[in-house]
Amino acid sequence: MRKLLRSISIMCVLALLVMAAACTEKPAETTAPAVATTTAKAADTTPAPADELIVVGFAQCKADESDWRMANTKSMQETLSEANGYKLILADSNNDAAKQVADVQGFIDQEVDYIVIAAVNMDGWDTVLTNAKNAGIPVILMDRTINASADLYTCWVGSDFKAEGVKATDWISTRFTSDKEVNIVNLQGQLGASAQIGRSEALVEAIDKNSNWKLLAHQTGEWSTDTAKEIMTSWIQQHGDKIHVVYAENDNMADGAIQALEEAGMKVGGDDGVAIISFDANRAYLQMTLEGKINCNVECNPLHGPKVAEIIQTIEAGGSPAKVEVVEEAAFYYDTITQAIVDARSY
Amino acid sequence: MNKVVVQIKRFFSRLIVIFQRLFSILETPLRKIFGHKLAIPLLVLTAVIVQNIISTPNFFDISIKNGLLSGYIPSIMDEAGELLIITLGMTLVIAVSGGVDLSVGPIMAIAASFCGLLLNGSEYRTDVFQNPYILALFIGLLAGVLCGAFNGIMVSYLKIQPMIATLILFTAGRSIAKLITHGQTIYIMNPVYKYLGVQIPGVPIRTTILISLLFVILVTLLVKLTSLGLYVQSVGINGSAARLVGLNSNAVKFMAFVICGLLAGVAGLVGSSGVGSVNSGELGMSIEMDAILAVALGGNSLSGGKFSIAGSVIGAYTIQAITTTLYAMNVRPDQLNVFKALIIVVIIVASSEIFKERIKRLIRRILSSIPKSSKKTTVVGGCSDEN
Repeated sequence: MRKLLRSISIMCVLALLVMAAACTEKPAETTAPAVATTTAKAADTTPAPADELIVVGFAQCKADESDWRMANTKSMQETLSEANGYKLILADSNNDAAKQVADVQGFIDQEVDYIVIAAVNMDGWDTVLTNAKNAGIPVILMDRTINASADLYTCWVGSDFKAEGVKATDWISTRFTSDKEVNIVNLQGQLGASAQIGRSEALVEAIDKNSNWKLLAHQTGEWSTDTAKEIMTSWIQQHGDKIHVVYAENDNMADGAIQALEEAGMKVGGDDGVAIISFDANRAYLQMTLEGKINCNVECNPLHGPKVAEIIQTIEAGGSPAKVEVVEEAAFYYDTITQAIVDARSY
Repeated sequence: MNKVVVQIKRFFSRLIVIFQRLFSILETPLRKIFGHKLAIPLLVLTAVIVQNIISTPNFFDISIKNGLLSGYIPSIMDEAGELLIITLGMTLVIAVSGGVDLSVGPIMAIAASFCGLLLNGSEYRTDVFQNPYILALFIGLLAGVLCGAFNGIMVSYLKIQPMIATLILFTAGRSIAKLITHGQTIYIMNPVYKYLGVQIPGVPIRTTILISLLFVILVTLLVKLTSLGLYVQSVGINGSAARLVGLNSNAVKFMAFVICGLLAGVAGLVGSSGVGSVNSGELGMSIEMDAILAVALGGNSLSGGKFSIAGSVIGAYTIQAITTTLYAMNVRPDQLNVFKALIIVVIIVASSEIFKERIKRLIRRILSSIPKSSKKTTVVGGCSDEN
């Protein structure tokens, strides 16, 4: 018995070691290019033949946080490539705010040409951004906003979450043209997240404008499929067939709501089912839009690379970019989306 | 006029007599009921349900929608399923080691990821199983067992504190799961995958309810029919003493963690089946805290030793009942957690020994002060004092 236990335990330890080894492989991969480019940079400052390349320091909050964030990182890497005349130094802070500030300070010490920051924390940026300003390095904020005086950074690039919400509410008004009552339930994101605030705000304003629209219930599903399903089940018990529109503030929650509705035997999406609205438009959910389960899916574009490149080129040419640069975002509708659009989606 | 006053007085003194007689008859059973370990958890669950009768009149309505029992009660039982399964394992771990297993949520993610990887192969969204369903379930459970065994070895043979030992998988577990799934969510569209977490065609009761109850019965039988329950208790009360009487306390601890890992694996498969996808960043998020809370609400000591499976079951259902109640009452989202915290504070305070003692003393004082007002009742009052 003891021998058996011992051999089992040795096997377990070995198996977990293999898992752990596999686990450590990945960070090594992601840090490797950063180290390589840093050393390359150190090497090419002295002879200066590669002076043509624009050096961009990119402080990412957490490169593999979500599918969205991964697509975001990849877009930056692909656009700001050496073939396009850039040298990108990626610093992944793994959601460690202190490390991120140190990374940015490191960029200043390395005398990069531009700094791009997707901030972990809103606060604590004054000192390092003042240093960057004194060193004459333009700072571009990406996706997340920060609490700092506006003259400390050049501009902000990202999504206009309220505009996303307006696209969705516009679709609701095209679907429900008569004066009949429209009952809406709102599955909100993590309360306080900028995406939640913008998307909820657009809905509340649209409801104020349309007297026949009614917000039956709202609750935070915390971006999660499971929680959203639980809340939706409770709403179905309370309101049943009265629900006309589900306004889910991300794809995962829309998924949860759809499952709850289907399990209750209600028709979802399409021309006559409960109308489903979703945000983010990741690949799997564009597929669901194509299948007609999601009526309107508003994109939240992670591909910030081209916009950042555009801003850098503006500054290089001596111009000054707008303080707020919004990335282009589309909305996809169940009746107009095609398989080609779904296939083209990389994230 | 005077007569009326006298009559009222007489009426009240009679009422007090009746009340006291009733109390003296009921005292022993009442004391038995309220002295029981499960009294407070049951009382709380009852209170939550009574609150629901008032605020949500259709709370107890049960109907069959789309071939499934639906209503608030079935959905509480359904949504508590994963938590319930996790809580069973957590109860054993807490009882045997006086520590907690923080890694159950990540183990759920690992188990489901292995299962999802085998079922979908390299596809991120498909309705064709690439490997046999049973094999995928088995591998998922095996992954759970292995993780549990890892925790068990750290705790029992290497003598690392449970919280620290399980912190390893708590931190690394989700990354491991992400590696398995290449960082993306896996969508398993084959309807068979939903058997475990939603419904087996033709069965009107949700599978989660059935599976969670099945495991409650299995674990109860394991604890009552084999000597495992006794061993767990003795090791939890005093590990060295248990070893001196000939128990292999390391093996008992190891077993408890393995069972906890296996149950976490089951919960992971059920949970991911319920939503038809494997999202390693989301599955079983912060469920470990709910499970610890459920064990505590069930009247179990968090320092190990004696434990009650029934208490933990009630604890898990109570937590879910509170959440569902708050959803049914349409509590504003920004206030939801405040309400939850308030209810839990009340429960924890009400079940503390000092509070119970105070309440007992208060009741006794009130009862002993009443008889002095009327002559007839002194006999009865004396009687209850003797008890």
